[in-house]
Amino acid sequence: MCTRTVSTLAHIFEAAGMATIVLGSIKEQVEATAPPRALYCDFPLGRPLGEPLDPEFQHRVLESAFRLLEAKEPIIEEYDVSISDNGDEILACPLPPRHDPDLHPALDEVRGLRPAYERAVEKYGNRIGMGRIVQLEDLEEAIMALIRVTEGVPWKEAGIPGVPSRVSQDIRGYYETASLELSENAPRAWTGTRWFLKNTEAGKVLMAARQAMADSGANQPIWFYMTPGDD
Amino acid sequence: MADSDIKAMTAQIPAVEFDETSFTTPVRLNEATVAIVTSAALHHPGDEEFTMLDIGYRVLESSNHDYLMRHWSPNFDATGFALDINTVFPIDRLQELVDQKIIGKVSDQHLSYAGNQFDLSSIRLDSGPAGAQFLKEQGVDVVLLTPV
Repeated sequence: MCTRTVSTLAHIFEAAGMATIVLGSIKEQVEATAPPRALYCDFPLGRPLGEPLDPEFQHRVLESAFRLLEAKEPIIEEYDVSISDNGDEILACPLPPRHDPDLHPALDEVRGLRPAYERAVEKYGNRIGMGRIVQLEDLEEAIMALIRVTEGVPWKEAGIPGVPSRVSQDIRGYYETASLELSENAPRAWTGTRWFLKNTEAGKVLMAARQAMADSGANQPIWFYMTPGDD
Repeated sequence: MADSDIKAMTAQIPAVEFDETSFTTPVRLNEATVAIVTSAALHHPGDEEFTMLDIGYRVLESSNHDYLMRHWSPNFDATGFALDINTVFPIDRLQELVDQKIIGKVSDQHLSYAGNQFDLSSIRLDSGPAGAQFLKEQGVDVVLLTPV
C-alpha cells in the first residue's frame, strides 16, 4: 500500500517542479504506478533503507537512489542487494518467569515486561509503543477485554477500549518495544512480531480473540487487521 | 506469515494511473535542498493523530527527532524504525551527506502521510498538491520518498 502511495505522490511533486526519488518496497506497485524515478529495493516491509543501525548500508542505498537524478528520462532500477525473510525465524527473546499464579498468564507477563518496556522507551523513545488508544496504565484492562472475548463474551460487550486493530497495535507495540531491551541482538525484520504472536501469552490471547471474533461472524475488517497478513 | 506473503497480498491493488509522467530536471545535488516524504504516518508528540482514513499530512521537523510511528496498518515490521529512525526516515544520513558536500541542504521540514489508504483520489487531488506547495515554499528541490 505504502509503495503505491509514495509512488503516486512522486508524480504530484514532480509536476510541481521538484525532482523525486521513490524507494519502493513492492515491485509490482512500483512498476504499475511508474513514478519518475524509483529504486526498487527488495527489503522487508517497514525497512525501506534496509538495515537499522547500519549507516554504511543505508548510505549505499542512498547513493544508488541519488544517482537516479542523473537520468534524462523516467527510470526504475532494482537495487542489487536483497534482504530476505524466511517467514519462520523468531526473535530469541526471554520472557519473565511466572510471578503471580493468581493472575492470568498474559497479565502476569505484561507486568514482568514493564521494566524492559520502560527502559526501551527511555533509550529509544516511544516510537512504536503505547498510546494510540491504550495508555500504559490501561494495558492490563485492554488485555482483560481480549481475554473475555476468548471466553465467549461478544466482542462489542467485552470492553475493548477502541477499534480492535488499533488496540492490538498498542499491545504489539508494548511487546516489540520491550523486546529491544531483552534480546541480545537487533531484531531481524518480522522476528519480533512473530515472537509476540507465537511465543508470548498476550500474543496468544490476541490471536485467540481474533479467531473468536471471526468465528462469531464479526465483519472481516474488524478482526482481520488485528494481526499482520492472514495469520 | 512471511514478508513475501504480505507483499503478495497487496501487490495487485490497482495503481493510480497518470496520463503522462512529469519529469523535472533537478538542480545539481550539491546545491539542492532535499526533503523526505514518508508514508509511515509519522508525527511529533502533540501533533494531531492520524485517523484511519486520514488523507492529510503532518510536518516533520529536522531539528526534533522525537518522531512517533502511528500507522494504521499492521502489515510491516516496525522494529527497524524503533531501533533506528533512519531505517525509514534517513534524516541523519542526509545530514551526513551535507557534511560531505554531496547534497546542498537538508530541508528544515519534511512531510508524512499515512500510506494505508485504498482510495488515493483525495491525496491525488487535495493533500498531495497541498504538500507539494508546502515543500516548494520551503525551497525544496529534491524529494526522497520512503514507504513502510
